Amino acid sequence: MAQITLSNLAHSYLSNPGSEDDYALKQLDHVWNDGEAYALLGASGCGKSTLLNAISGLLVPSRGRILFDDRDVTNAPTTERNIAQVFQFPVIYDTMTVHENLAFPLRNRGDDPGYVAKRVQDIARMIGMESQLTRRARGLTADAKQKISLGRGMVREDVNALLFDEPLTVIDPHMKWELRTQLKSLHHEFGHTMIYVTHDQTEALTFADKVVVMHDGRVVQVGTPEELFRRPEHTFVGYFIGSPGMNFLEATVNGTMAKVADHEVFLGKGYGPVNGKVEIGVRPEFMRLSDDGNGIPARIRRVEDVGHHRIVRVEVENKLLNAIVAEENPIPSENAVVRFEPTGIIVYSDNWRVVPNGEAAA
Amino acid sequence: MNKTVNHNAWFMVLPVVILVAFSAIIPLMTVVNYSVQDTFGRNQFFPVGLEWFKEILYSDRLWGSFQRQLIFSAIILAIQIPLGIIIALNMPKKGFWVPVCLVLMSLPLLIPWNVVGTIWQIFGRVDIGLLGYTLSNLGIDYNYTQDTLDAWITLIIMDVWHWTSLVALLAYAGLKSIPGAYYQAAKIDQASRWKVFRHIELPKMQGVLMIAILLRFMDSFMIYTEPFVVTGGGPGSSTNFLSIDLVNMAINQFNLGPAAAYSIMYYLVILLICYVFYTVMTNIDERNGV
Repeated sequence: MAQITLSNLAHSYLSNPGSEDDYALKQLDHVWNDGEAYALLGASGCGKSTLLNAISGLLVPSRGRILFDDRDVTNAPTTERNIAQVFQFPVIYDTMTVHENLAFPLRNRGDDPGYVAKRVQDIARMIGMESQLTRRARGLTADAKQKISLGRGMVREDVNALLFDEPLTVIDPHMKWELRTQLKSLHHEFGHTMIYVTHDQTEALTFADKVVVMHDGRVVQVGTPEELFRRPEHTFVGYFIGSPGMNFLEATVNGTMAKVADHEVFLGKGYGPVNGKVEIGVRPEFMRLSDDGNGIPARIRRVEDVGHHRIVRVEVENKLLNAIVAEENPIPSENAVVRFEPTGIIVYSDNWRVVPNGEAAA
Repeated sequence: MNKTVNHNAWFMVLPVVILVAFSAIIPLMTVVNYSVQDTFGRNQFFPVGLEWFKEILYSDRLWGSFQRQLIFSAIILAIQIPLGIIIALNMPKKGFWVPVCLVLMSLPLLIPWNVVGTIWQIFGRVDIGLLGYTLSNLGIDYNYTQDTLDAWITLIIMDVWHWTSLVALLAYAGLKSIPGAYYQAAKIDQASRWKVFRHIELPKMQGVLMIAILLRFMDSFMIYTEPFVVTGGGPGSSTNFLSIDLVNMAINQFNLGPAAAYSIMYYLVILLICYVFYTVMTNIDERNGV
């Protein structure tokens, strides 16, 4: 187990990268604390897998260094790093039985047969495949195969880190929940450093202590699920986390007031001069609808009842926004206006959050 | 749904029946016909029953050729299959050298059999051939026309030169179809190079290797042109393989009856081996398909 430090890391798949755009992974400094469970969240193609492969040594980064504790492993081959990684699609060794598959990483190191047998039993119980140990792995279903892949990842007790690259894609929903819970309890029991790559925010938020959000080859925010919800540092985080995502309106900001088209909006906090492309972001949870004329005029386009609340699509200044309205609150039928709760308004300049006056810099 | 019965449909099958009759059944039946008759010339035949089959089965000549043939095929497979796999493993996976390699490897496959035979016939000659001349000048006593071992070595090297690339290309195709994730997973699992080969590459190549073995076995088991051109079955009868022996008997000695019996038995052996291969391959497919 180790603390993993990424220093000035960047990677391009081109041999002669020129501009920033050529990099699949843009300059990155990050420390993965020993024993913490992280989720690496981002849309497909944002560089998550590239980052993971750089950590496990499956690719050598174009620039920068990777340290396990104090040891520089940037150029060390995968086998020396003692890392476990589970891939999106199951990889099993066809000719072996389930037992042999699970034992493979241990046998490769020449571990004691008694220990191997015991450890394989433990892992098989964890993934619920005790009764199938003597079966050939070849004929199993996709999710059984993926469980074997997961099991093979967890079978070594002393790995420096456990990396999961969207491992539950092929697993059915019910089993997903169970396996994720298993992974969490495994984490509590053994305290491995875990990095769990996913593009599913629910998966990320339920799995991890800390969520690392990536966008376009960059880490845009690292935080607890709560922080990502309350204070998205980047418009992408606001948009990506939450269901539906954050609403954005172009505005000009002056002190404690913002101006959206001709309408004044009270921000609740003071801001210094804000330049660039300025937007205010409001989560649907902080949108209030009424018909008392106090707010920005809005037209209601559609109402979706999702059970415990309703999602209302409203048009404000030619932009469609989402608002969440509790079941017991009425939805105005005409002369609707929308107001924003000041605590839920965040100001962005060129997609990055602007720190209001009086808030300690993070 | 009820099928309509229309016996006129049989006429639709007729062209194929006629084609197959002329291409396979009638020639084969003439052979069967010869195998149960004898002649004293002047196109007069009389039936002898299974006499020829008995004679051939008890002749040392057939068993000698059969034994040589089996040994030859066994050596060919034992060399070409592993060698082909080794070559495939070391071929470049991408980049400029891939097409270069593929073209160079295909070259021997495109040369006609008798040309290959002629090339090696001359190549190995002690007086004018590059190989034979060089060897004899190095003080090595090499002469494929007089020495049995030299003749065998020449034929085997020739066949290896001619056909190993087929095995290599098939194995290469098998290797290329293995997803990169398998190699990545093996690295993560700290598997050695040998284990990657044993547990990933070999199982994934199983299908194409079966085809390679089948093709190389059949071809080497029926080999005729190349040894005929190079050694003509000699020295003595040391490289007299089944087909060479058969042609001698049928054409040169004009022993039609025994030769017919000989070729039917030859045919049955090949049929039997094909059946065994087929069964093994379907079994593998079924196991993979479960």
